[in-house]
Amino acid sequence: MAETQTQALWWASESFWRKMAIWVTAGSFVVLIFLTFDTVKQITAGGKRVPAYSVINHRVDYVFDEERNFQVPVIGPEEPLFGKKLTEDEAEALVSKGKLTTQAKNCMGCHTLLGNGSYYAPDLTKSWLDPSWGSKEVREQSMVEFLMDPTDKLHNAIGRRMPNLGITEAEARATVAFLKWMSAIDTNGFPTNFQPIDQADAAPEVAVEAAPAVEVAAPVQQ
Amino acid sequence: MAALGVLDSANLNGGQKLAVKYFAVSVALFGAQVLFGLLAGLQYLNPEFLFGILDFSVNRMVHVNAMVVWLLFGFIGSVYWLLEDESGVPVVGLGFGNLIFWIFTLAVVVVVLVYLLVQVGPGEKSSIWLINEGREYIEAPRWADIGIVVCVLGFFYNVAATFMKGKITGIGGVLLFDLIALAGLYLAGMWFTPNISMDQHWWWWVIHLWVEATWEVLVGCLMAYGLIKTMGVRRKIVETWLYIEVALMFGSGILGLGHHYFWIGTPEYWFTIGGFFSALEPIPLVAMVVHALFDAGHHKLKSNNNPALGWIIGQAFGNFFGAGVWGFMHTLPQINLYTHGTQWTASHGHLAFFGAYVTMVIAFFYIAVQKWRGNVWMSGNLVGAWKWKWAMFLLWAGMITMTMALLIAGYEQSQIERAIGGSDWMAYFAAQAHRWFTQAMVWRQVGGWMFALGFVLLVWDLMTIGKRETRSTYVIEPEMAKAAV
Repeated sequence: MAETQTQALWWASESFWRKMAIWVTAGSFVVLIFLTFDTVKQITAGGKRVPAYSVINHRVDYVFDEERNFQVPVIGPEEPLFGKKLTEDEAEALVSKGKLTTQAKNCMGCHTLLGNGSYYAPDLTKSWLDPSWGSKEVREQSMVEFLMDPTDKLHNAIGRRMPNLGITEAEARATVAFLKWMSAIDTNGFPTNFQPIDQADAAPEVAVEAAPAVEVAAPVQQ
Repeated sequence: MAALGVLDSANLNGGQKLAVKYFAVSVALFGAQVLFGLLAGLQYLNPEFLFGILDFSVNRMVHVNAMVVWLLFGFIGSVYWLLEDESGVPVVGLGFGNLIFWIFTLAVVVVVLVYLLVQVGPGEKSSIWLINEGREYIEAPRWADIGIVVCVLGFFYNVAATFMKGKITGIGGVLLFDLIALAGLYLAGMWFTPNISMDQHWWWWVIHLWVEATWEVLVGCLMAYGLIKTMGVRRKIVETWLYIEVALMFGSGILGLGHHYFWIGTPEYWFTIGGFFSALEPIPLVAMVVHALFDAGHHKLKSNNNPALGWIIGQAFGNFFGAGVWGFMHTLPQINLYTHGTQWTASHGHLAFFGAYVTMVIAFFYIAVQKWRGNVWMSGNLVGAWKWKWAMFLLWAGMITMTMALLIAGYEQSQIERAIGGSDWMAYFAAQAHRWFTQAMVWRQVGGWMFALGFVLLVWDLMTIGKRETRSTYVIEPEMAKAAV
């Protein structure tokens, strides 16, 4: 029988596979390092795939691209968040504060961001563009109000609600900035088949700056 | 030496005395994982349950964090268990090892209490340093991250120094190499950036390269040791297999990392690289099934520890189906576009973590209690064998029920929310309200209760197995190469 043969064939021998293990691991790791350098370069904020933080000064849309065969973010005309145009540094500070807030409040404990996290509440990748906010005129203010005191606002028909996480107004505004910025990341068409909120009836740019707080309808009660 | 069947630490070597401490904490945290999983599952059925007191986000965080930590404790315990056996010398820094154990345990208790009592903080850096980092699986605040790295480095020192002083076996060599990677990778997840693409890019270095690479190789080492111990499989065979597994696991798993880089802002070339290499990831798991089953069959299933062997064979299948098949089913980008971020992932996660890791740690629990009771009989006709069999059945049946229920929910979400609904919030809630989804959540909970019952039985069994046995262990003959003469 074969097992009586102690001297294994070269391809079944211990030393061959030990060497294979080392070479394959080292080889894969080297390839990964090279790819990582390129990827990190491509996903640094301000590049083509991940926009600069000041993108929050502009309209962000999500439009089907024939050539790539999926939806891609499109940066539109100037539409500053909360009607105030920010410098690159101010925008970065605001988005950074928003990102910190999403971590400190553990948003990922219920939501997904870029599809990663928990599945108890909706994905936030394109939350800035979600049609649920009604119209683009009330969106910013509605988002801030919702984040600050979500518990009694309209959620859904299944009774799941967002708890009050003690989010301050400053944190809420920063979070909205973060969400707007995130919606401009090129995610290779994820989520697919998404119908963004109607932003076509853009108000003239001058009007936006003149009206810092847009008049908002009272939040809908459940 | 104490009487047969009595728990006596005199039966254990130094490393093993430390190992059983790790195992005790491990079991307690396993219980916490089950408990908080049940609470989170109930909130799907009744969203008002504990609302505002222990919200879903808190329960879910404790559920997944308890899992990561109890498995780590189980792995560390398992390594200490085999360390003196493998190296042939006493653990070099046992007192130091004990100190680290207490620090680590205390840190875990503090982290969990803060999770439960403080829960969230203001949007400041201090929150991610002191309360939680809000990043799935590695929510532990930064101070605890640093503590974890220090503890793991201390553990690594002990393992490395002991192997260096004694002999470095094939298992020992792979283990050392693997532990360096395991500790080093954790550093990739320890910094803040506002750029969420960058954040998730490095975050996956920790999560994927732990779970789909270094942890897999670690359980490969544990399986190798387990097969030698329970059945007397020849070392040369298990070590050759171990090298094959390492080659295949790292060869597919390292670049398989790319399957997490489809949708987070990372470049399109990851579609090809991630899709291709992650599709290869099941291959080493097939190798492990073949290896475990071949050895078990070759030894006609004769083992000195039937519960441990049962869990080891369960590991081979669970790893293959949970990590391999369930992973492969949605790893290609064309499919993953619809399944990413749905209950599909939860289905895969449950079966994979259970199949690949929980099973192996439980096998080591059984290996440990046997020796702890003075190498008591744990083969056929074991007194009170119904307990380990029923515990195993309930844990597996509960897990399969949960996995299947979540899979159905995942299919339904992919179809209703993604393919038809257009992935917005209305579509999300339409899918969550759909009967196929709500029914699945009920069945998931049923599976959860079965699993919890299995857990209780498992703990009872671990505390009592072999207690009334008067027979000494079945002595396995170490297998020799027949033509060695």
